[in-house]
Amino acid sequence: MLRIYFGRFLGVIFICFASFSANFSYAEQVVVYSARIEKLIKPMFDSFTKETGISVKFVTDKAGVLLAKLRAEGKYTPADMLITTDAGNLWEAVQVGLLAPVESRKLEINIPSYLRDPQRKWFGLSVRARTIVYNTDKVNPAELSTYEDLANSKWQGRICLRTSKKVYNQSLVAMMIAEHGKEKTEQIISGWVANLATDPLSNDTKAMEFVAAGKCDVTIVNSYYYGRLIEKTPNLPLAIFWPNQDGSGVHVNISGAGIIKNTKSKKSAVMLLEFLSSKKAQKLFTDINMEYPVNPKVSPDSIVAEWGGFKQNRMNVVKAGELQIEAVKLMDRVGYR
Amino acid sequence: MKSEGSNSRGNSYCLSGSLQTVLGWRYIPVIVATLVLIPVGTVMLSFLSPTGEIWQHLVETTLSRLLLNSFWLALGVATSSAVLGVSLAWFTAVYDFPGRKIFSWGLLLPLAFPAYVLAFVTLGLFDFTGPVQTSLRSWFGTEPFWFPNIRSRMGVIIVMTLAFYPYVYLLARNAFLTQGKRSLEAAQSLGLNSAQGFFKVALPMARPWIASGVMLVLMETLADFGTVAVFNYDTFTTAIYKAWFSMFSLSAASQLASLLIIIIFVLIVIEQKFRSRIRYAETKQSSRMAPIILTGWKSWAVAGFASATLFFAFLLPITQLFIWAIDSFAEEFNQRYLGFLWHSLTLSGLSALLICVISILMIYSVRRHPDMVSRMAVRIATIGYALPGVVLAVGIYIPLAWVDSWFSQMAMQLFSIETGFLFQGTFVVMLIAYMTRFMAVGYNPIDSAMQRVTFNIDEASMGLGVSGWGMLQKIHLPILKGGIFTAATLVFVDVMKEMPITLMTRPFGWDTLSVRIFEMTSEGEWEQAALPAVVLVLTGLIPIIMLTRQAEK
Amino acid sequence: MDTLLLEVAKISQSYSKKTVVNNLSFGLNKGAIGCLLGPSGCGKTTVLRCIAGFEPIVGGEVLLNGVKVSSSNFSLQPEKRHIGMVFQDYALFPHLTVISNIIFGLHYMSRTERSERAAEMLEIVGLKDVANNYPHELSGGQQQRVALARALAPKPDLLLLDEPFSNLDVNLRERLSLEVREILKNQGTTAILVTHDQNEAFAIADEIGVMQNGEIMQWDSAYNLYHRPTSRFVANFVGQGVFLSGKILDSSHVEIELGVLEAGISNQHASDKLFGEGCNVDVLIRPDDIVHDDKSSLKAKVLHKAFRGAEILYTLRLPKGSTALSLVPSHHNHAIGEDIGVKLEVDHVVAFGQITQ
Repeated sequence: MLRIYFGRFLGVIFICFASFSANFSYAEQVVVYSARIEKLIKPMFDSFTKETGISVKFVTDKAGVLLAKLRAEGKYTPADMLITTDAGNLWEAVQVGLLAPVESRKLEINIPSYLRDPQRKWFGLSVRARTIVYNTDKVNPAELSTYEDLANSKWQGRICLRTSKKVYNQSLVAMMIAEHGKEKTEQIISGWVANLATDPLSNDTKAMEFVAAGKCDVTIVNSYYYGRLIEKTPNLPLAIFWPNQDGSGVHVNISGAGIIKNTKSKKSAVMLLEFLSSKKAQKLFTDINMEYPVNPKVSPDSIVAEWGGFKQNRMNVVKAGELQIEAVKLMDRVGYR
Repeated sequence: MKSEGSNSRGNSYCLSGSLQTVLGWRYIPVIVATLVLIPVGTVMLSFLSPTGEIWQHLVETTLSRLLLNSFWLALGVATSSAVLGVSLAWFTAVYDFPGRKIFSWGLLLPLAFPAYVLAFVTLGLFDFTGPVQTSLRSWFGTEPFWFPNIRSRMGVIIVMTLAFYPYVYLLARNAFLTQGKRSLEAAQSLGLNSAQGFFKVALPMARPWIASGVMLVLMETLADFGTVAVFNYDTFTTAIYKAWFSMFSLSAASQLASLLIIIIFVLIVIEQKFRSRIRYAETKQSSRMAPIILTGWKSWAVAGFASATLFFAFLLPITQLFIWAIDSFAEEFNQRYLGFLWHSLTLSGLSALLICVISILMIYSVRRHPDMVSRMAVRIATIGYALPGVVLAVGIYIPLAWVDSWFSQMAMQLFSIETGFLFQGTFVVMLIAYMTRFMAVGYNPIDSAMQRVTFNIDEASMGLGVSGWGMLQKIHLPILKGGIFTAATLVFVDVMKEMPITLMTRPFGWDTLSVRIFEMTSEGEWEQAALPAVVLVLTGLIPIIMLTRQAEK
Repeated sequence: MDTLLLEVAKISQSYSKKTVVNNLSFGLNKGAIGCLLGPSGCGKTTVLRCIAGFEPIVGGEVLLNGVKVSSSNFSLQPEKRHIGMVFQDYALFPHLTVISNIIFGLHYMSRTERSERAAEMLEIVGLKDVANNYPHELSGGQQQRVALARALAPKPDLLLLDEPFSNLDVNLRERLSLEVREILKNQGTTAILVTHDQNEAFAIADEIGVMQNGEIMQWDSAYNLYHRPTSRFVANFVGQGVFLSGKILDSSHVEIELGVLEAGISNQHASDKLFGEGCNVDVLIRPDDIVHDDKSSLKAKVLHKAFRGAEILYTLRLPKGSTALSLVPSHHNHAIGEDIGVKLEVDHVVAFGQITQ
C-alpha cells in the first residue's frame, strides 16, 4: 500500500517538475555546450536550423567549466555537442571520456587530417593562426624569420607577449616542444622572456597596441585579432609576418567540436557537425571572425586573403593537448608570466 | 485498532511538536550552513584525490611568489579600503562641507562597478597605450619616466580599493550615523578634541561595522580573478585557475581553493573571539547629530578628497565606458537587451529578498540561542564569499547534477519516463546558489545593525507580551531597517555583477548583463563590453540611490 | 570665599528662527549646586549644552572663572572648558569596561595617577566589584554611578548633570539624588543640574532657577520658590496650591473668602497699580496654609482625598464654592462628603494682581 502511494506521490512530483523543466521537450533539437561565444557561433546554428528544421539550444561558458559540467552530469547530460576554441580542451575531453567517435565521410573530406583527432572524437572547424605582428616603422621584415629567432639577443627589449595563462600561448609552446623537445624549447622561451620590453599583457589586442605605440617592436598574436584591430583603426603602423615559412610553418590552433558520448540525439548532432564543416558554415567562420576555414574548398574572407597565403604547420594539433601541461610547467619554470 | 489509532494521534502530536522545534529558530543557521557546506564540502572533498605532481610543480616554481603577491594585495587593499572608506564615512556623517549631500550618496556609486570593469577601464586610460600616457608622450616627445607603471602591484591595489572601498564606507557610515553624537560629546566633556574622540570613541564603537566591511573586502580581494587577470598580476587564485584550466586538474584547483576558505575562516573566528564580550549598542538611542560645520581650507580639503575619490572611482570610468558604449552601440544594441536587463533584475531582486530574509532568521536564531553550534553554523553559512566564484559554482553544480541524475534514474526505473534534468537550469537552484555565495554580504550588515538592539529592548518587549514573530516585526525590523536596506543593496549589486555561477547554472538562452560582459571580455573585446557594462552599472545605481535616500530620511 | 565661578549673561539660542533660550542670565558661586527646573521643552537642556560648549550661542556670553568661553562669535571648544557632564542616557562607552570608562578622561595623568584616581572614584561611588564589567552588564543605577564617577574623575571646574535620574525608578531616584549631593559636596564640586522633577531639584540643589519658554522666571532657594514665588507660573509649577480671589484692604491686609489675611505687600508690588487699595487679587493658598481644626466654625466639604502615609491631602469645597487643598495628619480620617472644620494659617501672603480681560 505504502509503496504505491509513495510511488504515485513521486510520480506527481516528477510530472510537475518535468512540465516546468526546460529540457523536457519532444521537438527535434541539438544541445550544444560552447566555449565559442554567442556572437561567433549563433549565426552558424541559425543557418543550420533554417536548412534542416532542427533547433539548436546552447550555453556558453569557459571550456574548463563546460568540461566540469559534463563530467558532473555524466550519463544524463542534456548536451549533445561540445565546442571549444582550442585543441587542448578537446584533447582533455577525450582523456576524461566525454566524447564519442564519429564516422563520417563528409567530415573526413571537409577537414584536413592534421586538424582533427586521430581517434575521430573531435574535429577542427576553423583555423586560428598564431603569427608575428610587427611595427612597420621600426622593423624591417627582413629581420624577421621564425618564432625561435625572437629568442635572439638582437630582439632584446623589443618584444611584447601575451600572458602565458592564455591557452593560445600554451598550445604554441606545446607544439614547439613537440617539434624541438623540452630542452631546446625551454631555451627559446627563456630567450623570449629575456627579450621582453614590458611585463606580459592580458590580451592580444593590448599586445598589438603596445607594438603600435612603440613600447616594443614585435609580438605574437592570433591573426584575427590583428584583423579586428586594423578594421577599427586602419592607420596603425602594424603588419603581419608569417614566420617559419622555410621550416615547419605557422603555428595553427583550431576551434573545434566533438559529440558527447552520452548524447541522446547523436544523428542530429552529427548532422550539425557536418554542417559546420560544410562550405556554407565555413564561409561564416571566416566572414564573422576572420578566422581561416578548415575546409580547403572555402577561401578566406577578403581582408584575410590580403594578408597572403602561408604555410601552416602540419603537425596534428592533438599534440597541443598532449603537451599542454608540459608547456605550462615549462613556462612557469622560465618565469614567463 | 483503537489503541493503534490513539497511538498514532500521540505520534502526530509528537511530530507536530518536533516539527516546531525543527522549524524553530534554533535550527535555521544549521540548515543554511548545511546548504553552504554542500558546495564547500564538495570542493574540500578534493583532498581525497591525489594531485601531488601539480603541487610539486607549483611549490617548485610559482607558489611562493603567488602567496606573497596575494598577501601584499590583500593587505594593501584591506588597509587602503579601510582608510578610504572609514575616513569618507566619517567626513560625510559628522562634518558639513561643500557638496556633502551629494558625496554622501555619490561615494557609494562605485559599488555598481564590477571590479574587473573598473580594471579594464582604468588600464585603458592610464596604461602605456592609453590616452593619458599617449598625450604625455606627444607633449614631451619622450616617454615620461616619472609616470608610474599602472600594471603593477600598486596599480591593482589602487583599482581594487576604488572598487571595494564602498563596502567599508557604507557600513562605517551606517555605524557613525546610528552612533549619534552623544558619545562624542561625552568624550569632549572629558577633554578630548573631535579628532581624539574619533579615534578613541567613534572608531572603536563602529568596529563591528568596519570589521564586516573589511572582511567583505578581504574576501572579494582574495577570491578575485577578473581584476588581477586584467593586470596580469598573479595571485593565489591564478594558481587555482592555472591548475584547473591549464593543467586540467579540478582537484588541485579545489584543494588550493580549500586553503583559501580555511584562511578566511580562521580570520573570521579570530575577529569574533576578539570582540566576544564587548557590546556596541549605545545605552539609549540618542538623537541624530547636527553636522559640525567645516570652514576655510579644511572644508575644501575634505571636499577635494571626496571629489578625487568620486572622480577616479566613478565619474572617469563611467565617462570612458559611455564613450566606448556609443562606439559599439549600433553594432551591439538590440531588443534582446531588455531581456538581459530583466533577467539581471529578477535574479538580483529575488536573491536580495531571499538572502535578507534568511539572514534575519539566522541572526534572530543566534540571538535566542547563542551557543557554539549556532555561532559555528553562522560562520560556515557565510564562508561562501571567500571562494572564487567559479570554484563555488562547480561545488554547487556537482552535487546538483548528482541529485538530478539520481532522480532521472529513479524516474526511469519506476515509471520509465525520461525526465531529463529536473533541477538544473531552474530558478530555485540559481537562487540557492547565489545564497551560498552571497550569504556573508547580506548577513554582515544586518548582524552589525543588530548590535544596536540591546537585550533590554528584547526584555522590555517580552515584558509587554510581545515576543517571537511579534517582536521581530514590531521591535527589531524598524531598528534593523537601515541594515536590511544595506544588505539588500549589496546583495542586489553583487548578484548583478556575478559571472561564474550565473554562467554555469542559468537556463538555456537565459542570458544576463554580466553574461553578456563575459562574452565580450572573453574575446578580449573590452570596448565591446562597454555597453552591457554601462547598462549594468546604471541598473546597479537604482538600488544604491534608493538606499541612500532611505538612509537620509 | 564666595567667588563667582560661572556667569551666564543674557545668552540667547535659537534653532531655525525659533527662540529656545531668550536673554537668560544667572551666576553660580564656587562650590554651589545650582539647578534649572522646568517643564520639558522649556530650554533648560539647551542652556546646559551652551555652557558645555556643545551649542553655539547667538547672543550674550558665558564666563567661566571670569574668562569668556562663549559669545555670539566665539566658542571655546568643549574639551578645553574643563566642564564635566553627566548625560541623561549616561553615554557610557559601550566598548569599554567600567574602569576604562572612568580612566577615559584622565589622559593627562601618569599611568599610576590614573589608576589611583580611578580606584578612588570607584570607592566613592561604591562600584569596586564591577570595575571590569562592561556597561551593558550593569543595572541602571550602577550605570548612573559610573557616569558620575567618569565625569568627576578629572576634577572638572564645573559639573553639568542633564536629567541624570530620569531613567531610574522613583525609590532609586530619591536615594541616588541624596547620595549624589553628598558626593558633590564632599568633593567641593560646583554643579548644575537640569531636571523637571522638583523633588530632585530640592534634594540636590542649593539654588534653583525655574524656567519657562527659554527664560528664568525666578532664581532662588527652594524655600523661597515655594513660599515666595514671584510669578503665577512658578507658583503653579512648584508645589501644589490654589488661587483664591481676594481684595486688598490696605497695605498690610488682604481679604479672601476665608477671612482677612495679614501680610506685607512688598515694595516691588506697592508701586504696581494692580496692588492699590481695593484691587482684586489672586491669593496663593498652599495645602499647608489650611489647617484642620475640628473646633473651627469654618466648615468645608471633603470632595476628594489622597492618602499619603503620614498625611492625607484633602480637596475641599469652601462655603462659597471655591476649591482648596489641605494637608492633614493622617489620623484625621474623614469620609468624602463630610464637612470638616478648617482654619487659615498663612505665614506669607502670595498674591498676584488679577488681569482684567
